[in-house]
Amino acid sequence: MLLTNLEQVPGRKIIQHFGLVQGNTIRAKHVGKDFLAGLKNIFGGELSAYTELLAESRKEATDRMVQQAQSMGANAIVNVRYSTSSVAQGAAELYAYGTAVKIDL
Amino acid sequence: MEIIVLVVLLMLGYFFGQYAEKKHFKSIIEREKLLLKLPVVTMRTPPAIHQHELKAELVTGNTVISIDFFKKFVASLKMLFGGKVTQYESLLDRARREALLRMKEQAKLNNAFVVMNTRVETASISKNSNQRNSVGAVEVLAYGTAISIGNKLENTK
Repeated sequence: MLLTNLEQVPGRKIIQHFGLVQGNTIRAKHVGKDFLAGLKNIFGGELSAYTELLAESRKEATDRMVQQAQSMGANAIVNVRYSTSSVAQGAAELYAYGTAVKIDL
Repeated sequence: MEIIVLVVLLMLGYFFGQYAEKKHFKSIIEREKLLLKLPVVTMRTPPAIHQHELKAELVTGNTVISIDFFKKFVASLKMLFGGKVTQYESLLDRARREALLRMKEQAKLNNAFVVMNTRVETASISKNSNQRNSVGAVEVLAYGTAISIGNKLENTK
């Protein structure tokens, strides 16, 4: 599966469109990690636990999107976008969406 | 008693925060120099190279950076009067540059020569529920398409 956030795949011809595919995941904060983050809020600096958590969750959202595209029979997703929103206190939604297409390989 | 705790927290925040920020900026500048030759653009059309096949790959970089207690305190005072809040400026600057650097590092691993259609997105992670409108930490995500040169094409157009 080829992912890109360009409108076309360079050097390839898009032969079929499948429409929008999407994937989302909602993650809540871990209590232990949150405690450490609270300490970091005094000292400042990178919260690496959160960085990892968000990267992981975003990957899961992307995987769900890819799965959806695969079930449609697509072999690439173009114009991929990410978006983040906080739904509730302490939880964040990570959302990935794009257009599933078929390209000639 | 509460005043003592506040002063201690402010001092801790000030010294550790300054130290962390200086160290971080130093490492950012060093790594930016290393990756200076890899352009990151927001254009959407890939360059017209007909002799070679182009490969596209989505690359991302993210980071979560927290503000220190001292800066948060000063910023909350500044919020009363309005005007420039430089404390948050440096926080966001650090976070953005770090996220872009991580994206570039990933692109470098793919042997990319350019990163196209770069997007930078910011989300605030509110830390404390008891403090309203608190910018505890920010998450910055940078993503784009890394373009690298593939095999040579036989029939050049």
